[in-house]
Amino acid sequence: MNAIEVTGVTQRFGDRIIFRDVSFSVTTGEVFVILGGSGCGKSTLLNQLIGLLSPSAGTISVLGHTITGPSATAEQHAMQREIGVMFQSGALFGSMTLLENVMLPLEMFTDLPRDGREAVARMKLGLVGLGHASALMPAEISGGMAKRAGIARAMAMDPPLLFLDEPSAGLDPVTSAEIDRLILSLRDDLGTTFVLVTHELASILAIADRCVMLDRNAFPDGGGVIAEGDPKQLRDESTHPMVRAFFRREIPQ
Amino acid sequence: MTPPSGKRPGATLKRESRDGRAVLVITGDLNAQAAGQIWRNAMREAAKPGDLTLDLSALTFCDMSGAALLLAIEAAHAQPVPIEGAEQKITALLDKARTSAKAPAGAASTRTSGKGGLAAWGDAIAYLGEVLIALLRLPMRRRMLRWQDLLSYADQAGVRAIPLVLLLGYLMGLILAFQSAVPMRRFGADLFVANLVAISLLRELGPLLSAIILAGRTGSAFAAEIGSMKVNQEVDALVTMSIDPVTMLVLPRLIAAMLVMPALALLLDIAGLAGMATVMTAFGYPLVTIAHQVQQAATPVDLFGGLFKGLCFGFAVAVIGCRSGLATGVGPRAVGQAATAAVVGGIVATIFLDGLFAILFYRVGL
Repeated sequence: MNAIEVTGVTQRFGDRIIFRDVSFSVTTGEVFVILGGSGCGKSTLLNQLIGLLSPSAGTISVLGHTITGPSATAEQHAMQREIGVMFQSGALFGSMTLLENVMLPLEMFTDLPRDGREAVARMKLGLVGLGHASALMPAEISGGMAKRAGIARAMAMDPPLLFLDEPSAGLDPVTSAEIDRLILSLRDDLGTTFVLVTHELASILAIADRCVMLDRNAFPDGGGVIAEGDPKQLRDESTHPMVRAFFRREIPQ
Repeated sequence: MTPPSGKRPGATLKRESRDGRAVLVITGDLNAQAAGQIWRNAMREAAKPGDLTLDLSALTFCDMSGAALLLAIEAAHAQPVPIEGAEQKITALLDKARTSAKAPAGAASTRTSGKGGLAAWGDAIAYLGEVLIALLRLPMRRRMLRWQDLLSYADQAGVRAIPLVLLLGYLMGLILAFQSAVPMRRFGADLFVANLVAISLLRELGPLLSAIILAGRTGSAFAAEIGSMKVNQEVDALVTMSIDPVTMLVLPRLIAAMLVMPALALLLDIAGLAGMATVMTAFGYPLVTIAHQVQQAATPVDLFGGLFKGLCFGFAVAVIGCRSGLATGVGPRAVGQAATAAVVGGIVATIFLDGLFAILFYRVGL
């Protein structure tokens, strides 16, 4: 069963085509990575998948919710109730402690009493190694901690599908490896599907089951998909110059 | 255990008695929503004394929120709670949840809502001292004062405020004249409305209203600009480049505000007198008579005293606006709080200073 189906998706801003004819699928329970160079449309594609942006053309189906064209708002809202998203900076609410940030979705969407919400939120913070920091405000923590707290908040409702935007960027290697381990354990224990946007090659090779690579020059008039598959296989076998440049640091002539 | 896929049917909680011991049977899918529905009942059951066993043999799915409920049941029961029939994955999940729940002692937030009492006054006096020192050192630090910025602030605080000042001044004069003309007419003294409005505008309302406009428009803008710079570490960057933030950021704004305030007060006076003249003309008095009354009532001391007050109010509003900006904390709300503090502080300081001037002018016989 596929958690995500992307079929022939194009995104235009005015006359400018960001990418076109993007198609791929994400199987339930896999770790899927969207990668590519700067300006290739990774964040645009992520925004489409999480329902912040409607595609100019094509169809996106996330957990059975089909999003087609700009009038898909109701479907997008229904889909957003079932996913978790961690934004690049963590996007924590500055007026709340880390614990309150994680408790917020539980307060909105469950009947859990306060002690129950606290117990769940503390556990989620403990999972990302922030159990000791639950009383701190976002302004008092480092960028890496904010990122981990963002992951804890995204996991608050144990969604079956988690989107993580650059989860390891700016983290030290130990914390980055911990995040990778956390992703794998959630995938194995709960069957959670992960879609990651990341540049961290070590992380991609360590945890990704499959990936899709975008390039802004895939077509003469815009960007698109240049490779899809197992990242290790792409590293070893791909002949595409941009894929080789990314995985093997071979600068195209 | 099947992987989760969107909506799940939920869980049920049943208490049974087996061989004289209580057994809590949880069936179905235990996710965050389901845990919320049975949480209170589960805690009630767990709080009862006696042996208690958890039967999870019919639990088809359990996520971390469900694991939190199972751990809460264990914690709420005074004695150990054996678990029966749990799938291996659920047992592993519970072990992981136990580890996650054992967080070391939490660090308390060190953020406070601001200094109060003597410390705040001490900071304010220290800041005033810094501003004065920066003013005294300005001849040696001329490069740090960017004249282009100063002109831009003067444009922002003065030229762009002129339409608002003229409108408010005209309406103020109009209202003041009309409201006082009606009762004064009963005593045949409506001609003296010109005297009343002229003196109150030149001495009090002109500088006071201009200062309130300055606080609302410019004081808040100063605080927000400097506050954003503080949040983005631009102020720290200045310090590390050995550039004095007070000279670079505060002085141009301060000088600009002090330059434009007398001009704004004068414009407000003129607009107010025009508003008063409109009412008096409507009451049948010719303009020349009104002008004569104003000339007789108001002296240059009233006019220049008012303009001097405006200068001082400009100083107060700019100093407080910049101070609020420099004292901005961290986080997205801090800039908004700084802007609010600038407006409130600016208006309060203006009215306080106005009271001081009233006493001072009275004592020196002006």
